[in-house]
Amino acid sequence: MIFKTIVKEDLKKLFNVHLKDVECVGPKQVATSNDGKAVYQFLPFESFDEINLNHEKTEYSAKTYFLPFRETLSTFNFKNGDWDQEIKYRKQQRVLVGLHPCDINALVKLDKVFAKDLFPSPYYRSRRENTFVIGIDCDKPCTDGFCASVGADVVTHGFDLFLRDIGDKYFVKVGSDRGLNVLNKISPTDISPEERKSYRKKTKEFLAGFKNTIRVENLPNTLDIEFESPVWKKWGDKCLSCGSCAMVCPTCYCYGVSEQISMDFKKSEKVKQLYSCNLLDFAMVAGAHNFRPARETRLKYRYYHQHRGFVESFGEPKCVGCNRCGRACLANINPVDVISDLQMEL
Amino acid sequence: MNAILHAYEVTKEEDMVEPLDYNRRSRMKNFDKCFKAEITNIIRLTEMEKLFQLRMINEDDKNRFTFLPGQFVMLELPGYGEVPISISCSPSIKSIIELCIRKAGKVTEALHKAKRGAVVGIRGPFGTHFPMEKMKKNNVLLIAGGLGLAPLRAPMTYVIENRADFKDVHIFYGAKDPTQLLFDYQYEQWHRIDDINLQIIVEKPDELWTGPVGLITKLLDDIAIDPDKTYAIVCGPPVMFKFVCNRLKDMGVPMQRMFVSLERRMHCGMGKCCRCNIGSTYTCLDGPVFDYWSVMNLKEAI
Ligand SMILES: Cc1cc2nc3c(=O)[nH]c(=O)nc-3n(C[C@H](O)[C@H](O)[C@H](O)COP(=O)(O)OP(=O)(O)OC[C@H]3O[C@@H](n4cnc5c(N)ncnc54)[C@H](O)[C@@H]3O)c2cc1C
Ligand code: SF4
Ligand code: SF4
Ligand code: FES
Repeated sequence: MIFKTIVKEDLKKLFNVHLKDVECVGPKQVATSNDGKAVYQFLPFESFDEINLNHEKTEYSAKTYFLPFRETLSTFNFKNGDWDQEIKYRKQQRVLVGLHPCDINALVKLDKVFAKDLFPSPYYRSRRENTFVIGIDCDKPCTDGFCASVGADVVTHGFDLFLRDIGDKYFVKVGSDRGLNVLNKISPTDISPEERKSYRKKTKEFLAGFKNTIRVENLPNTLDIEFESPVWKKWGDKCLSCGSCAMVCPTCYCYGVSEQISMDFKKSEKVKQLYSCNLLDFAMVAGAHNFRPARETRLKYRYYHQHRGFVESFGEPKCVGCNRCGRACLANINPVDVISDLQMEL
Repeated sequence: MNAILHAYEVTKEEDMVEPLDYNRRSRMKNFDKCFKAEITNIIRLTEMEKLFQLRMINEDDKNRFTFLPGQFVMLELPGYGEVPISISCSPSIKSIIELCIRKAGKVTEALHKAKRGAVVGIRGPFGTHFPMEKMKKNNVLLIAGGLGLAPLRAPMTYVIENRADFKDVHIFYGAKDPTQLLFDYQYEQWHRIDDINLQIIVEKPDELWTGPVGLITKLLDDIAIDPDKTYAIVCGPPVMFKFVCNRLKDMGVPMQRMFVSLERRMHCGMGKCCRCNIGSTYTCLDGPVFDYWSVMNLKEAI
């Protein structure tokens, strides 16, 4: 991997001058919470001053730029009792800046499902390849995340450029050829031994700062054995089946497809919409038979996919430990508590 | 300003310019694209079920569309939606695809109103298939309950076409009452085939019924099988296949030689939407055909 450093001011120049004509998305403050904390979301910006790379974390993940909440898969145009099918892939360029290690690791996991596995998705690939990703390391662990427990605190790939704040400069990991091309616009310098030291020191401090942990060793096995555990009922009884957790989660990708006819009956759009396995009709089939009628079976299934199913398919959990689901949940259901509860069930 | 970033055209990828072929699962393709097919015949089977005979409109599509018994397609009715349906005909006949469809909801009801000549879309084939090659040189039990005859019809026609490759062949079919029997116009033909034991049983007979009465497991009372040389395909609702498979297990047939087909909600057929998951198993990729051992080891209830 190529390492460089850039002067902080130059990053601003990169956006305000060189990337002026490209759609840029970054962490923007959208509100202030009741306890006085800034609330951030990944949103398009015009000028670099609108975003804050020191954000703790965005409430929603960046997945919406790869797996939008609603996406047209194809359009059927009707003509004289016949039809033709039209398929379009999004190919506009976009720059996404300010993704934390958890966010990038989430993208790497989505890549496994949508870009590499069986039936690679051209919808996803087109968006992914046309998005220039600039990540940034967290200065210190966020208050509620547990990325270190699930191995998502460090990134090695899945980005074009990856920054770490080392004082008056950014230490930059270059993850792609186009990353280097873009970086070269703002004359990066080779890293000095001091800069390398300061990068490693910062990283060490970051890793030492984690307080939230869950024990994931043997978790797939525990999940299997505790499939009937009363812990599921306990948490399931609190769940409102609202699906917010899956909406904000950077790796939840399940969806439903429906068709919408235009008012003039001239065409019909086949629309994919993100879904959540916590919603009541997720596994409902014709004749109103529901394979997961109980709340706890749906809640359990979500944890099962995160920490058991995905491990079976790809050898790692799907969860990156950002705790966005925990923050969004009105019932206070969060992975640290649920998993600890399950691990303790003896 | 000269572009700092370069546009990527997914449609120009090598894989994408290849003709559409769902059997090449690792290739990137226009996976939402359907093959256009015309409904050439509609055969009314019962009050609730119709058999649709389809023909691919494009000659190339027709030649490329190959499937194995047990696989399913996503059938698209533009404007209404897409539903998973088992292919219910012989894989050796290229010209037509038969789908036996029950009127069950929005899309299937619209299909039942469709007329000959209507154009629908087909994506697929998807999923696993019955291991017909492995079953050769063995006795086969083909058992269906209710609508289970729809998925069973593909392996059944395969066995009939390749009768010489199999030892004893038993076909058992059960339904609630005689009005629900599917493909009744074909029994005569199947009966006449030399050396196939076809038995049909109903739970509630009417005055005209002369055949056996009872549950499908009753038909197993009268046969002797060599469990080491027997394979079974059992299609029907879970209660039915569980009874039958457990009975066969008691008769000594290994669980790994019994095959069933499962149904779950499906929105993609390609391991993406997760709607078809049973625990961590994808019914659309790892199934719909499973051996009974795998079914018994699925994490969630069947
Ligand atoms: C592998 C497989 C093979 C099948 N083979 C056949 C067959 O040969 N003949 C037949 O009549 N039926 C078959 N079915 C069931 C058939 O798919 C459903 O009856 C059909 O989807 C109902 O759709 P609907 O729009 O009419 O009903 P609605 O209740 O209006 O359904 C709305 C949507 O829910 C989903 N859905 C509802 N029920 C099911 C279901 N059972 N399975 C999957 N998705 C569902 C579909 O996406 C559907 O568009 C099969 C199902 C599967 C999974
Ligand atoms: S956000 Fe909380 S209440 Fe809503 S579905 Fe998820 S776990 Fe249940
Ligand atoms: S499950 Fe929760 S903690 Fe894990 S990645 Fe999703 S939102 Fe983050
Ligand atoms: S049908 Fe979408 S994952 Fe199986």
